[in-house]
Amino acid sequence: MASRKSSTKTRGDNDKYSVLLPTYNERENLPLIVWLLVKYFSESGYNFEIIVIDDGSPDGTLEVAEQLQKIYGEDRILLRPRAKKLGLGTAYIHGMKHATGNFIFIMDADLSHHPKFIPEFIEKQREGEFDLVSGTRYSGNGGVYGWDLRRKLISRGANFITQVLLRPGASDLTGSFRLYKKEVLERLVEQCVSKGYVFQMEMIVRARQLGYSIGEVPISFVDRVYGESKLGGNEIVSFLKGLLTLFATT
Amino acid sequence: MRQRTLSWLSSRVTGASNKDSTDFHFLVVLRSIMTKLLQWLLGVSVVGLAWGLLTFDLLDLQLPHAYREVVWPMPVYFLVVFGCYSLATVGFRVATFNDCEEAAKELQAQIQEAKLDLQKKGLKF
Repeated sequence: MASRKSSTKTRGDNDKYSVLLPTYNERENLPLIVWLLVKYFSESGYNFEIIVIDDGSPDGTLEVAEQLQKIYGEDRILLRPRAKKLGLGTAYIHGMKHATGNFIFIMDADLSHHPKFIPEFIEKQREGEFDLVSGTRYSGNGGVYGWDLRRKLISRGANFITQVLLRPGASDLTGSFRLYKKEVLERLVEQCVSKGYVFQMEMIVRARQLGYSIGEVPISFVDRVYGESKLGGNEIVSFLKGLLTLFATT
Repeated sequence: MRQRTLSWLSSRVTGASNKDSTDFHFLVVLRSIMTKLLQWLLGVSVVGLAWGLLTFDLLDLQLPHAYREVVWPMPVYFLVVFGCYSLATVGFRVATFNDCEEAAKELQAQIQEAKLDLQKKGLKF
Protein backbone atom coordinates (compact mmCIF):
# COMPACT_ATOMS: atom_id res chain seq x y z
CA MET A 1 0.00 0.00 0.00
CA ALA A 2 2.78 2.37 1.00
CA SER A 3 4.76 1.69 -2.16
CA ARG A 4 1.66 2.26 -4.26
CA LYS A 5 1.08 5.55 -2.57
CA SER A 6 4.61 6.77 -3.20
CA SER A 7 4.46 5.72 -6.84
CA THR A 8 1.29 7.73 -7.43
CA LYS A 9 2.91 10.66 -5.72
CA THR A 10 5.91 10.74 -8.05
CA ARG A 11 3.71 10.18 -11.07
CA GLY A 12 1.52 12.99 -9.91
CA ASP A 13 4.31 15.50 -9.74
CA ASN A 14 4.30 15.97 -13.51
CA ASP A 15 0.55 16.26 -13.84
CA LYS A 16 -1.06 19.62 -14.30
CA TYR A 17 -4.76 20.28 -14.40
CA SER A 18 -6.26 23.01 -16.55
CA VAL A 19 -9.79 23.99 -15.58
CA LEU A 20 -11.81 25.37 -18.48
CA LEU A 21 -14.51 27.77 -17.37
CA PRO A 22 -16.69 29.02 -20.21
CA THR A 23 -18.65 31.99 -18.87
CA TYR A 24 -21.51 34.17 -19.98
CA ASN A 25 -22.88 36.65 -17.46
CA GLU A 26 -21.29 34.99 -14.44
CA ARG A 27 -20.08 38.15 -12.76
CA GLU A 28 -21.39 37.08 -9.38
CA ASN A 29 -20.43 33.43 -9.59
CA LEU A 30 -16.98 33.63 -11.15
CA PRO A 31 -15.10 34.98 -8.08
CA LEU A 32 -16.77 32.34 -5.92
CA ILE A 33 -16.01 29.39 -8.18
CA VAL A 34 -12.42 30.58 -8.60
CA TRP A 35 -12.03 30.96 -4.85
CA LEU A 36 -13.33 27.44 -4.30
CA LEU A 37 -11.13 26.02 -7.04
CA VAL A 38 -8.04 27.64 -5.56
CA LYS A 39 -9.01 26.40 -2.11
CA TYR A 40 -9.42 22.76 -3.08
CA PHE A 41 -6.48 22.61 -5.45
CA SER A 42 -4.20 24.21 -2.86
CA GLU A 43 -5.40 21.91 -0.10
CA SER A 44 -4.84 18.80 -2.17
CA GLY A 45 -1.56 20.04 -3.61
CA TYR A 46 -2.17 19.39 -7.29
CA ASN A 47 -0.73 21.74 -9.90
CA PHE A 48 -3.43 23.72 -11.71
CA GLU A 49 -4.47 26.66 -13.81
CA ILE A 50 -7.90 28.17 -14.46
CA ILE A 51 -8.76 29.28 -17.98
CA VAL A 52 -11.69 31.66 -18.19
CA ILE A 53 -13.30 31.80 -21.61
CA ASP A 54 -15.75 34.67 -21.49
CA ASP A 55 -18.02 35.14 -24.47
CA GLY A 56 -18.38 38.91 -24.34
CA SER A 57 -20.66 39.02 -21.28
CA PRO A 58 -22.43 42.38 -21.05
CA ASP A 59 -22.41 42.20 -17.22
CA GLY A 60 -18.65 42.68 -16.95
CA THR A 61 -17.60 39.13 -16.15
CA LEU A 62 -14.31 39.78 -17.89
CA GLU A 63 -13.58 42.78 -15.69
CA VAL A 64 -14.06 40.65 -12.58
CA ALA A 65 -11.87 37.96 -14.11
CA GLU A 66 -9.11 40.53 -14.58
CA GLN A 67 -9.33 41.45 -10.90
CA LEU A 68 -9.09 37.78 -9.99
CA GLN A 69 -6.04 37.45 -12.21
CA LYS A 70 -4.36 40.25 -10.22
CA ILE A 71 -5.20 38.52 -6.95
CA TYR A 72 -4.19 34.98 -7.84
CA GLY A 73 -1.54 35.59 -10.50
CA GLU A 74 -1.30 35.23 -14.24
CA ASP A 75 0.04 31.71 -14.01
CA ARG A 76 -3.10 30.58 -12.15
CA ILE A 77 -5.82 32.53 -13.94
CA LEU A 78 -5.67 32.76 -17.72
CA LEU A 79 -8.11 34.87 -19.68
CA ARG A 80 -9.14 33.75 -23.14
CA PRO A 81 -12.11 35.97 -23.96
CA ARG A 82 -14.06 35.83 -27.19
CA ALA A 83 -16.04 38.64 -28.78
CA LYS A 84 -19.45 37.01 -28.72
CA LYS A 85 -21.37 33.95 -27.66
CA LEU A 86 -20.19 30.94 -29.66
CA GLY A 87 -20.65 27.23 -29.09
CA LEU A 88 -19.38 25.25 -26.11
CA GLY A 89 -17.27 22.99 -28.33
CA THR A 90 -15.37 25.92 -29.82
CA ALA A 91 -14.97 27.38 -26.33
CA TYR A 92 -13.15 24.20 -25.28
CA ILE A 93 -10.97 24.27 -28.41
CA HIS A 94 -10.22 27.94 -27.84
CA GLY A 95 -9.39 27.41 -24.17
CA MET A 96 -7.28 24.33 -24.78
CA LYS A 97 -5.03 26.08 -27.29
CA HIS A 98 -3.22 27.77 -24.44
CA ALA A 99 -3.72 25.14 -21.76
CA THR A 100 -0.43 23.95 -20.30
CA GLY A 101 -1.94 21.09 -18.31
CA ASN A 102 -1.92 17.48 -19.49
CA PHE A 103 -5.37 17.06 -17.95
CA ILE A 104 -8.42 19.22 -18.53
CA PHE A 105 -11.33 19.77 -16.18
CA ILE A 106 -14.55 21.04 -17.65
CA MET A 107 -17.27 22.31 -15.36
CA ASP A 108 -19.97 24.94 -15.14
CA ALA A 109 -19.06 28.28 -13.62
CA ASP A 110 -22.48 28.75 -12.03
CA LEU A 111 -21.62 26.87 -8.79
CA SER A 112 -23.79 23.88 -9.64
CA HIS A 113 -20.55 21.88 -9.75
CA HIS A 114 -18.60 22.02 -6.52
CA PRO A 115 -14.78 22.02 -6.72
CA LYS A 116 -14.63 19.86 -3.59
CA PHE A 117 -15.01 16.85 -5.90
CA ILE A 118 -11.89 17.67 -7.86
CA PRO A 119 -9.50 15.58 -5.71
CA GLU A 120 -11.90 12.65 -6.06
CA PHE A 121 -11.85 12.99 -9.86
CA ILE A 122 -8.07 12.99 -9.86
CA GLU A 123 -7.80 9.99 -7.54
CA LYS A 124 -10.33 8.09 -9.63
CA GLN A 125 -8.45 8.88 -12.82
CA ARG A 126 -5.17 7.63 -11.34
CA GLU A 127 -6.76 4.56 -9.84
CA GLY A 128 -7.86 3.22 -13.22
CA GLU A 129 -5.69 5.23 -15.63
CA PHE A 130 -8.97 6.42 -17.13
CA ASP A 131 -9.09 8.51 -20.29
CA LEU A 132 -11.95 10.47 -18.84
CA VAL A 133 -13.73 10.69 -15.51
CA SER A 134 -17.31 11.82 -15.50
CA GLY A 135 -19.22 13.24 -12.55
CA THR A 136 -22.52 11.46 -12.03
CA ARG A 137 -25.69 12.65 -10.31
CA TYR A 138 -27.34 9.30 -10.82
CA SER A 139 -25.30 6.76 -8.92
CA GLY A 140 -23.70 6.25 -5.53
CA ASN A 141 -23.98 9.28 -3.29
CA GLY A 142 -24.64 11.53 -6.26
CA GLY A 143 -27.71 13.70 -6.29
CA VAL A 144 -29.27 17.05 -6.95
CA TYR A 145 -30.49 20.00 -4.96
CA GLY A 146 -33.29 22.33 -6.01
CA TRP A 147 -35.17 20.07 -8.40
CA ASP A 148 -38.89 19.54 -8.11
CA LEU A 149 -40.65 16.27 -8.86
CA ARG A 150 -41.31 17.17 -12.48
CA ARG A 151 -37.69 17.97 -13.12
CA LYS A 152 -36.56 14.75 -11.44
CA LEU A 153 -39.03 12.70 -13.44
CA ILE A 154 -37.98 14.19 -16.77
CA SER A 155 -34.34 13.76 -15.89
CA ARG A 156 -34.64 10.15 -14.77
CA GLY A 157 -36.94 9.29 -17.66
CA ALA A 158 -34.65 10.83 -20.26
CA ASN A 159 -31.68 9.08 -18.69
CA PHE A 160 -33.45 5.72 -18.73
CA ILE A 161 -34.44 6.02 -22.39
CA THR A 162 -30.91 7.02 -23.28
CA GLN A 163 -29.45 4.09 -21.37
CA VAL A 164 -31.75 1.67 -23.18
CA LEU A 165 -31.14 3.06 -26.65
CA LEU A 166 -27.43 3.88 -26.53
CA ARG A 167 -25.98 1.63 -23.78
CA PRO A 168 -23.22 4.18 -23.28
CA GLY A 169 -21.50 2.62 -20.27
CA ALA A 170 -21.82 5.76 -18.17
CA SER A 171 -24.64 6.71 -15.86
CA ASP A 172 -24.73 10.48 -16.33
CA LEU A 173 -24.61 11.52 -19.96
CA THR A 174 -25.77 15.11 -19.85
CA GLY A 175 -23.61 16.17 -16.92
CA SER A 176 -20.78 18.54 -17.68
CA PHE A 177 -18.40 18.08 -14.76
CA ARG A 178 -15.64 15.97 -16.24
CA LEU A 179 -11.91 15.34 -16.27
CA TYR A 180 -10.24 14.49 -19.56
CA LYS A 181 -6.76 13.64 -20.68
CA LYS A 182 -5.92 16.59 -22.87
CA GLU A 183 -5.37 14.65 -26.07
CA VAL A 184 -8.63 12.76 -25.51
CA LEU A 185 -10.63 15.95 -25.16
CA GLU A 186 -8.97 17.40 -28.25
CA ARG A 187 -9.89 14.37 -30.30
CA LEU A 188 -13.46 14.25 -28.98
CA VAL A 189 -14.19 17.93 -29.45
CA GLU A 190 -13.17 17.64 -33.10
CA GLN A 191 -15.81 14.98 -33.63
CA CYS A 192 -18.72 16.42 -31.74
CA VAL A 193 -21.15 18.74 -33.42
CA SER A 194 -24.20 18.82 -31.13
CA LYS A 195 -25.37 21.76 -29.08
CA GLY A 196 -26.61 22.16 -25.52
CA TYR A 197 -27.35 19.09 -23.41
CA VAL A 198 -26.69 16.81 -26.34
CA PHE A 199 -23.11 18.02 -26.67
CA GLN A 200 -22.05 16.42 -23.37
CA MET A 201 -23.94 13.28 -24.27
CA GLU A 202 -22.26 13.06 -27.66
CA MET A 203 -18.87 13.53 -26.04
CA ILE A 204 -19.29 10.52 -23.78
CA VAL A 205 -20.98 8.33 -26.39
CA ARG A 206 -18.19 9.01 -28.89
CA ALA A 207 -15.61 8.44 -26.18
CA ARG A 208 -17.01 4.97 -25.65
CA GLN A 209 -17.17 4.38 -29.38
CA LEU A 210 -13.50 5.30 -29.77
CA GLY A 211 -12.63 2.85 -27.02
CA TYR A 212 -11.67 5.35 -24.33
CA SER A 213 -12.05 4.20 -20.73
CA ILE A 214 -14.51 6.04 -18.52
CA GLY A 215 -14.47 6.37 -14.74
CA GLU A 216 -17.26 7.86 -12.66
CA VAL A 217 -17.41 9.94 -9.51
CA PRO A 218 -20.71 10.63 -7.73
CA ILE A 219 -21.32 14.36 -7.40
CA SER A 220 -23.98 16.51 -5.82
CA PHE A 221 -25.43 18.99 -8.26
CA VAL A 222 -26.70 22.16 -6.60
CA ASP A 223 -28.88 23.91 -9.12
CA ARG A 224 -27.96 27.48 -9.92
CA VAL A 225 -27.66 29.59 -6.81
CA TYR A 226 -28.07 32.79 -8.79
CA GLY A 227 -30.07 33.09 -11.96
CA GLU A 228 -32.61 30.68 -13.31
CA SER A 229 -32.20 27.35 -14.97
CA LYS A 230 -34.92 26.29 -17.29
CA LEU A 231 -36.11 23.00 -18.62
CA GLY A 232 -38.86 23.79 -21.05
CA GLY A 233 -40.48 22.06 -24.00
CA ASN A 234 -37.80 23.34 -26.35
CA GLU A 235 -35.04 21.68 -24.35
CA ILE A 236 -36.92 18.39 -24.30
CA VAL A 237 -37.53 18.45 -28.05
CA SER A 238 -33.91 19.27 -28.85
CA PHE A 239 -32.77 16.57 -26.43
CA LEU A 240 -34.93 13.95 -28.17
CA LYS A 241 -33.70 15.07 -31.58
CA GLY A 242 -30.12 14.81 -30.40
CA LEU A 243 -30.74 11.40 -28.88
CA LEU A 244 -32.22 10.06 -32.11
CA THR A 245 -29.35 11.54 -34.11
CA LEU A 246 -26.84 9.75 -31.89
CA PHE A 247 -28.93 6.58 -32.08
CA ALA A 248 -28.74 6.61 -35.86
CA THR A 249 -25.15 7.75 -36.24
CA THR A 250 -23.06 6.16 -33.49
CA MET B 1 -7.82 -16.30 -35.42
CA ARG B 2 -8.78 -19.02 -33.02
CA GLN B 3 -5.99 -18.06 -30.67
CA ARG B 4 -7.10 -14.44 -30.76
CA THR B 5 -10.70 -15.35 -30.14
CA LEU B 6 -9.71 -17.42 -27.14
CA SER B 7 -7.59 -14.68 -25.66
CA TRP B 8 -10.35 -12.17 -26.25
CA LEU B 9 -12.86 -14.45 -24.59
CA SER B 10 -10.61 -15.14 -21.64
CA SER B 11 -9.99 -11.44 -21.12
CA ARG B 12 -13.72 -10.92 -21.21
CA VAL B 13 -14.37 -13.70 -18.74
CA THR B 14 -11.70 -12.64 -16.29
CA GLY B 15 -12.75 -9.05 -16.67
CA ALA B 16 -9.21 -8.06 -17.58
CA SER B 17 -8.80 -4.83 -19.45
CA ASN B 18 -8.13 -5.38 -23.13
CA LYS B 19 -7.48 -1.70 -23.67
CA ASP B 20 -3.90 -2.22 -24.76
CA SER B 21 -4.30 -5.52 -26.52
CA THR B 22 -4.44 -5.38 -30.26
CA ASP B 23 -6.76 -8.29 -30.93
CA PHE B 24 -9.87 -7.58 -32.87
CA HIS B 25 -12.61 -10.07 -32.49
CA PHE B 26 -15.11 -9.74 -35.30
CA LEU B 27 -17.94 -9.07 -32.85
CA VAL B 28 -16.07 -6.14 -31.43
CA VAL B 29 -15.43 -4.79 -34.91
CA LEU B 30 -19.03 -5.37 -35.89
CA ARG B 31 -20.22 -3.54 -32.82
CA SER B 32 -18.06 -0.53 -33.52
CA ILE B 33 -19.04 -0.34 -37.19
CA MET B 34 -22.76 -0.78 -36.67
CA THR B 35 -24.72 2.16 -35.42
CA LYS B 36 -27.01 1.60 -32.46
CA LEU B 37 -29.93 1.79 -34.88
CA LEU B 38 -28.56 -1.08 -36.96
CA GLN B 39 -27.83 -3.14 -33.85
CA TRP B 40 -31.43 -2.70 -32.78
CA LEU B 41 -32.76 -3.56 -36.22
CA LEU B 42 -30.58 -6.67 -36.31
CA GLY B 43 -31.70 -7.73 -32.84
CA VAL B 44 -35.37 -7.14 -33.55
CA SER B 45 -35.24 -8.99 -36.86
CA VAL B 46 -33.49 -12.02 -35.35
CA VAL B 47 -36.04 -12.26 -32.56
CA GLY B 48 -38.89 -11.53 -34.98
CA LEU B 49 -37.67 -14.23 -37.35
CA ALA B 50 -37.49 -16.78 -34.55
CA TRP B 51 -40.97 -15.80 -33.43
CA GLY B 52 -42.37 -16.07 -36.98
CA LEU B 53 -40.76 -19.45 -37.56
CA LEU B 54 -42.24 -20.88 -34.38
CA THR B 55 -45.64 -19.25 -34.58
CA PHE B 56 -46.34 -20.19 -38.18
CA ASP B 57 -44.22 -23.37 -38.02
CA LEU B 58 -42.41 -22.41 -41.21
CA LEU B 59 -39.74 -25.07 -40.72
CA ASP B 60 -42.37 -27.76 -40.38
CA LEU B 61 -41.05 -28.82 -36.99
CA GLN B 62 -44.49 -30.08 -36.04
CA LEU B 63 -44.22 -28.64 -32.56
CA PRO B 64 -47.03 -29.53 -30.19
CA HIS B 65 -49.92 -27.11 -30.40
CA ALA B 66 -49.33 -25.97 -26.80
CA TYR B 67 -45.90 -24.60 -27.72
CA ARG B 68 -47.33 -22.41 -30.43
CA GLU B 69 -50.04 -21.20 -28.10
CA VAL B 70 -47.31 -19.99 -25.76
CA VAL B 71 -45.12 -18.47 -28.44
CA TRP B 72 -47.51 -16.36 -30.48
CA PRO B 73 -48.46 -13.79 -27.81
CA MET B 74 -44.83 -13.45 -26.67
CA PRO B 75 -44.22 -10.01 -28.25
CA VAL B 76 -47.15 -8.58 -26.33
CA TYR B 77 -46.01 -10.20 -23.07
CA PHE B 78 -42.57 -8.86 -23.65
CA LEU B 79 -43.78 -5.32 -24.26
CA VAL B 80 -45.94 -5.39 -21.15
CA VAL B 81 -43.12 -6.72 -18.99
CA PHE B 82 -40.67 -4.20 -20.40
CA GLY B 83 -43.16 -1.37 -19.85
CA CYS B 84 -43.68 -2.39 -16.26
CA TYR B 85 -39.95 -2.72 -15.71
CA SER B 86 -39.39 0.76 -17.17
CA LEU B 87 -42.07 2.39 -15.04
CA ALA B 88 -40.87 0.65 -11.90
CA THR B 89 -37.25 1.57 -12.54
CA VAL B 90 -37.91 5.22 -13.32
CA GLY B 91 -40.36 5.49 -10.42
CA PHE B 92 -37.89 3.97 -8.00
CA ARG B 93 -35.08 6.21 -9.20
CA VAL B 94 -37.20 9.35 -8.93
CA ALA B 95 -38.25 8.37 -5.41
CA THR B 96 -34.68 7.67 -4.31
CA PHE B 97 -33.08 10.64 -6.07
CA ASN B 98 -30.80 12.17 -3.43
CA ASP B 99 -31.74 15.66 -2.29
CA CYS B 100 -28.43 17.18 -1.42
CA GLU B 101 -29.60 19.52 1.33
CA GLU B 102 -26.26 19.33 3.10
CA ALA B 103 -24.35 20.20 -0.05
CA ALA B 104 -26.53 23.26 -0.60
CA LYS B 105 -26.02 24.45 2.98
CA GLU B 106 -22.29 23.87 2.80
CA LEU B 107 -22.12 25.86 -0.44
CA GLN B 108 -24.05 28.80 1.02
CA ALA B 109 -21.70 28.95 3.99
CA GLN B 110 -18.67 28.80 1.72
CA ILE B 111 -20.06 31.57 -0.47
CA GLN B 112 -20.17 33.88 2.54
CA GLU B 113 -16.67 32.88 3.52
CA ALA B 114 -15.42 33.41 -0.03
CA LYS B 115 -17.00 36.86 -0.31
CA LEU B 116 -15.37 38.04 2.89
CA ASP B 117 -12.01 36.64 1.92
CA LEU B 118 -12.15 38.08 -1.59
CA GLN B 119 -13.08 41.50 -0.28
CA LYS B 120 -10.08 41.32 2.02
CA LYS B 121 -7.93 40.50 -0.98
CA GLY B 122 -9.24 43.63 -2.70
CA LEU B 123 -11.87 42.32 -5.06
CA LYS B 124 -14.64 44.75 -5.94
CA PHE B 125 -17.82 42.85 -6.67
